[in-house]
Amino acid sequence: MNGIVDFQRVTKRYAQTTVLEDLTLTIAPQAVTGIVGESGSGKSTLLQLVNGLIRPDDGKVLVFGEPLPSQELAGFRRRVGYAVQGTGLFPHLRVADNIALVAKLAKWTDSDIESRITELMRFMNLEPALRTRYPHELSGGQQQRVGICRAMFLRPEILLLDEPFSGVDPLMKRDIHERLIALLAAEPATVVLVTHDIAEAKRLTQELVILNGGRIVQSGSIADIERQPANDRVALLLETGNAL
Amino acid sequence: MRFSASLVAIVATILMASLHAQDRAVAVGAKNFTEGYVLAEIMAQLLESRGIEVERRYGFGGTLVAFEALRAGDVDVYAEYTGTISQAILQSNEDLSIGELTAALDPLGLELLPQFGFNNTYALAVTPTTAETFNLQSVSDLRNHPQLRFGLSHEFRDRLDGWPGLKGVYELPQTSSGIEHGLAYQALLENEIDVTDAYSTDGDLERYGLVVLTDDLRYFPGYLAMPLARAELDSDVKEIIGELAGRLDDDSMRALNAEVLVQQRSFADVASRFLLAQGLTGDSLAEPATIWPTLANNTLVHLKLTGIALLAACIAGLGIALAVYRSRALSATVLYIAGLLQTIPSIALLALMIPLAGVGQTPAIIALFLYSLLPIARNAITALVTIDPLLRRVSAAIGLTHRQQLRYVFVPLALPHVIAGIRIAAVVSIGTATLAAFIGAGGLGEPIVTGLALNNTNLILQGAVPAALLALATELFFEALERWLVPSHLTSGRIAT
Repeated sequence: MNGIVDFQRVTKRYAQTTVLEDLTLTIAPQAVTGIVGESGSGKSTLLQLVNGLIRPDDGKVLVFGEPLPSQELAGFRRRVGYAVQGTGLFPHLRVADNIALVAKLAKWTDSDIESRITELMRFMNLEPALRTRYPHELSGGQQQRVGICRAMFLRPEILLLDEPFSGVDPLMKRDIHERLIALLAAEPATVVLVTHDIAEAKRLTQELVILNGGRIVQSGSIADIERQPANDRVALLLETGNAL
Repeated sequence: MRFSASLVAIVATILMASLHAQDRAVAVGAKNFTEGYVLAEIMAQLLESRGIEVERRYGFGGTLVAFEALRAGDVDVYAEYTGTISQAILQSNEDLSIGELTAALDPLGLELLPQFGFNNTYALAVTPTTAETFNLQSVSDLRNHPQLRFGLSHEFRDRLDGWPGLKGVYELPQTSSGIEHGLAYQALLENEIDVTDAYSTDGDLERYGLVVLTDDLRYFPGYLAMPLARAELDSDVKEIIGELAGRLDDDSMRALNAEVLVQQRSFADVASRFLLAQGLTGDSLAEPATIWPTLANNTLVHLKLTGIALLAACIAGLGIALAVYRSRALSATVLYIAGLLQTIPSIALLALMIPLAGVGQTPAIIALFLYSLLPIARNAITALVTIDPLLRRVSAAIGLTHRQQLRYVFVPLALPHVIAGIRIAAVVSIGTATLAAFIGAGGLGEPIVTGLALNNTNLILQGAVPAALLALATELFFEALERWLVPSHLTSGRIAT
């Protein structure tokens, strides 16, 4: 109960399918926690329970030590960054407007917005000339960097990443990882990263939660899990990246 | 919300203003055929020459439309016929006398003014050669010439008070064949038939120099022409119109109709020459009208009809779309109902408006509004419903309120489809609004309706060409608007219909 995010016996069903079953989990503050598992294991659902995009059918989700507000979720969500696979950039807005939309609505001053855009784009290795481009004019890797800039703009306390780097070539991915690690060193936040890429999880995360069929198979530090894997399949997963 | 409320208020004010603008002018109506226009113009100019303001409401697409307009007070007076009043309006099978008609119209608040003096009833016509050869002057004279070939219009052959009764009363030995009325005169001239039916004041009789046989047994019902007016009309106005009593017999009415049909003179010209010749107006002819002021006025009315309807449909259609797009069931219901409205033929929708909203511009605007609603609501709902679920999720997740999601994400993304819907509605409305002339709404349909009645291509084009140009301009305007409002990479996936 001392985490920044606590799941208490959470169950989530869609129609007849149980996606998460009786799941209890505490996310450590100021660390990067990786959620890994096959597609359909409930990873993405778990992430969306944190910012209230999805509500549990049973159990409780506490964030910042409190249940999610039932109204005024927008204010709460501005403390929780979100970046997603396929980037979710708004096609009708230029890069700078995509990054700064919420800040504008939160009444940041123009000069604050300008300097924050410059700062984040430099962190993520994006040329200033890209500010006035539309998302479709960017490469896949550039789009995902812009997505990270948007998620980090308001200096969130929690950052939710839903497979944000899938579909990027390995070299590019390594560069983005380094940039993100540097950014998080400068602006610490509690990060929850959903991924099916075990190499990525090893590189970015300190804590790991392994899901299978809506249940936690094992959780803990990567070193602990590697030393004592819960079963052969977990061991194989950590070795090869595709055993579950 | 406050914005749309004030727009509604503005629209309502414009509607009210258009309803009450012509309170004091005398509204003269005309059904859409030559004689109806000529008589209306004669009454209108006579009133104007005595300093009375006149509102012309011409082109009603049928007796019942004109009659409803009269009862509703949208028209104060128009020319009608005793036989038509008996049958079409009072639903009587008998030929009612003037006294009986007066008694029947009184409770409706309507009054017959003194007759013009002619009887536009059925007649039989032959060429002068046939008349001479067989010495024909009256219908009875036909009895002794069984070899004469009768080519009669289909309606006349079917009506009980047409050919079947006529043959019986006059004991005519001939049989008849059916022929389109429009082709009958040609057939007479080319000697394919010898006798046909006609209306006794038809200008075409004069055009082709045909001889009308007198109805010596007085078989045909009377279609005595007279102004039919609202009883509450100013007595001065009634008196002035009454000065026309008895001034038009069959021959002179036929001659006036022929001036329009054969010499292609305008109604205004024919009417002012007649009034001058009768000594009813001063010595100056009305100025020959150029088409530009009329054209400008028709275009303005047309823009007003479609503009108000479109604005109201935008407010309602977009409002409905925003209200229902979150619910799949509600969206489907709205689209279904709007789709049903769209299947009603436009002319039928206009006709349905008459009992609800009378005639004139208001019912036309309501009908155009209902017509525009579907494309606008459908495109807006479709666009909002089909927004990428990922973008929907992200816009909530990054901390936008519902209203902000709509304003900064959903509406901009839906905009190309929304504009396309409004564009379709606008172009369709401009076309449909030409039909509104049939219920007296005016606009560019007015010259088209008149031109159709007169078979006058020039007049038809005076409405059709500007209407087509207007539709084209509208299309270009919305294209420019879209280019201005929407980034070019978002315009490609436009909804086409």
